[in-house]
Amino acid sequence: MYVAVKGGERAIDAAHDWLAEERRGSPEIAELSIAQIREQLALAVNRVMAEGSLYDPDLAALAIKQARGDLIEAIFLIRAYRTTLPRFGSSLPVETNHMACTRRISATFKDAPGGQILGPTFDYTHRLLDFALMAEGLPAAAPGSGAPEGVTSPGAPPPEMPRITDFLNRDGLIQEEHPDAETPPDLTREPLEFPANRALRLQAITRGDEGFILGMAYSTQRGYGRNHPFVGELRFGTVSVEAEIPELGFSIEIGDIELTECETVNQFTGSKTEPPQFTRGYGLTFGHTERKAISMALVDRALRWEELGEDNAGVPAQDEEFVLSHSDNIQGTGFLEHIKLPHYVDFQSELELIRKLRAEAQAAMHQEAAE
Amino acid sequence: MRDAMIFEGGFSDVSRDSARAFRSAMNAMAHPGRKFDLTGAKPPAPLSEAAAGLLLVLADANTPVFLTGEHDTDLIRGWITFHTGTALATTPDQASFALGTWDALLPLRQWPAGSAEYPDRSATLIIEHPGEGETARLSGPGIQTHQDCALPAITPFRDNAAQFPLGLDFYFCQGSTVRALPRSTKVEAI
Amino acid sequence: MSDYNFAYLDEQTKRMIRRALLKALAIPGYQVPFASREMPMPYGWGTGGVQVSAATLTPEDTFKVIDQGADDTTNAISIRKFFEKTANVGTSEKTEEATIIQTRHRIPETELQEGQILVYQVPIPEPLRFLEPRETETRRMHALEDYGLMHVKLYEDIARHGAIATAYAYPVMVQDRYVMDPSPIPKFDNPKMEMAAIQLFGAGREQRIYALPPYTKVVSLDFEDHPFDPSKAEHPCALCGAEDSYLDEVITDDQGTRMYVCSDTDYCESRRATGHIGTEGTQPEEVFA
Repeated sequence: MYVAVKGGERAIDAAHDWLAEERRGSPEIAELSIAQIREQLALAVNRVMAEGSLYDPDLAALAIKQARGDLIEAIFLIRAYRTTLPRFGSSLPVETNHMACTRRISATFKDAPGGQILGPTFDYTHRLLDFALMAEGLPAAAPGSGAPEGVTSPGAPPPEMPRITDFLNRDGLIQEEHPDAETPPDLTREPLEFPANRALRLQAITRGDEGFILGMAYSTQRGYGRNHPFVGELRFGTVSVEAEIPELGFSIEIGDIELTECETVNQFTGSKTEPPQFTRGYGLTFGHTERKAISMALVDRALRWEELGEDNAGVPAQDEEFVLSHSDNIQGTGFLEHIKLPHYVDFQSELELIRKLRAEAQAAMHQEAAE
Repeated sequence: MRDAMIFEGGFSDVSRDSARAFRSAMNAMAHPGRKFDLTGAKPPAPLSEAAAGLLLVLADANTPVFLTGEHDTDLIRGWITFHTGTALATTPDQASFALGTWDALLPLRQWPAGSAEYPDRSATLIIEHPGEGETARLSGPGIQTHQDCALPAITPFRDNAAQFPLGLDFYFCQGSTVRALPRSTKVEAI
Repeated sequence: MSDYNFAYLDEQTKRMIRRALLKALAIPGYQVPFASREMPMPYGWGTGGVQVSAATLTPEDTFKVIDQGADDTTNAISIRKFFEKTANVGTSEKTEEATIIQTRHRIPETELQEGQILVYQVPIPEPLRFLEPRETETRRMHALEDYGLMHVKLYEDIARHGAIATAYAYPVMVQDRYVMDPSPIPKFDNPKMEMAAIQLFGAGREQRIYALPPYTKVVSLDFEDHPFDPSKAEHPCALCGAEDSYLDEVITDDQGTRMYVCSDTDYCESRRATGHIGTEGTQPEEVFA
């Protein structure tokens, strides 16, 4: 006698209990606090905010804790939460010109007004495991060696930090960007439609998977749509967010957020109508996420081939539909992992078909042999 | 008084009443020519309960509503914008929904009928219709053999169906009842 | 879950989905783009079906969920629990009791009636996608009713295998206009799509909704000399003896012995409850005693 497997409901509950236990790990080890994750795993928190499209370090830290450090899972938790939030309005465009920069570098000029600010970067660290970090309970390093003081004086708006690309623009050496008053389409409220405009592309890339965008950007450097980028400027710091309050009739500051912005300067040989000049790629991401911001700028630049009159080399990074349709890791991981679900009905229909085709093929072979 | 008339008359339990009203709207669209109850809204006259219910369920800031003729009153404008947050359309070609009596909605060609690539980008006409007129025989998706139904005319609906997959979709409202006529329905005189 | 709205989605989102559903019913077989939301379950696990169900459920509904034809598979249970919690609706495993049935990969064996709604979870809504990956191209093909590519593919199958080598997600022509993907149901289920119930299809990740009103003409693509063949395993169900139902093949021992049982668990149990017993079956009461 055969009895089909039952008890799926109990299995699910048991799996959830087990998961909770595994998440906690050994109870002899102190539990992580949200504040610890927020403060000590800040770059993970930043990535979750950037790809989750929700600026809230505490919630991102919670998501990382709940997801056992699986960042894509954490991004998923944030996205699913974000989509339930009511929308009260939109902010004014943030002024990154007035960013209070903790880091600001240019690869195109040795020095420039505003200066090179190295900031807290891994760039020149030797990647040697620091075994001292294994020794826990040491007192915190004395302040003073870290953040420089007086980057901004509290209360006063930060001074304008000039843009490297503006110096090039002044001489007509770089293609000019014009302000656009049009409200950009909203990827989270309207179905994606092709062709997409640049605002929509940037919106998709900034929440796109860091690894995917990095891979796309890297492919352009290796010749799949090569466009010779220089990091014109990379800046990271705090900007204030302002929103217009209809009842007041003017805008007020509603908070500060940290952003990373990257502008690349790319070669352009000119066209029949345009003399040679540099072109730009642009990246803007939540938090300190500079690998993503630079990658974003490279991919943005590659996707602008048509607008800049370049040839379509037929490479992946130039293909808007390919990049935008596959950059979202929540969509990607969901569809990829769904093949774990039972598919035995479809598999059964394939089995039947293959058996039938094989039987027919074998019958035909016998027939031939007999003749 | 006027304000009270604007603020009153929405669904009392928004999510559940909307779900029930949508079921009627969907059943109507899936069974062309068949009558369904669509209740719960208490709008200012001459807006019918069914037409108001349809707007409460379907209209919002993304779907401009065009009001025609006797339905284009301050009171109805106020009621619809308060309860749905819709931006009223100022020209017919912007309309996602158009509301009025049959005569006020003519000619049909002024309403967007979609494009070959996006036939869904078309208007839905919400017609206050007393249920008189010519008897039409309907057939097509949603209809097992045929369905007889009174329409204000025959030819305009036949022409609309001839554009399929482009075209308009129609709701006929009478009091608290609704019937639908999608573009996929074949319309013949009997 | 009391912090969430009835059936989870906010009213604004439901309104957008409801509009798409009505357009889908008005243009049978056409894929209506909709702004799919991130749901608290992964893309690819039924987010499209869940959003359609959420926008369609009323408090009076009786909800049934099947995956592979079964009510007790883990994903079916998970989705059913989601709506028990967020919409507080009644649920049933009985096909004839349910007013809304959300399904993955099957159409129930019991014939559906007017007043019932079948909601399909769809992974790839575009029937032409595996022949042409670009959305811009496939959209143009549908606009021009240019389905030559599909016929070429089916014809190549015949040239190579002597038969159309598609066993599930077998494409259909809807009302002589749109080629449609029936979702990954086995082709055995295709003929059932001309039914009395409303059929709604939701693809969350791909942001598409489409629909079939009752009695819509649905024809599986074929050629005159190679007519469509909705075949299945040629066995009766080992539990209930049914010869008209779609069967799962189960390996029962290390020697690879097989048995065939109904994939529709409700159909199988109902038959056994009324005394139809197959070679390996018992009445369901005894099984659980």
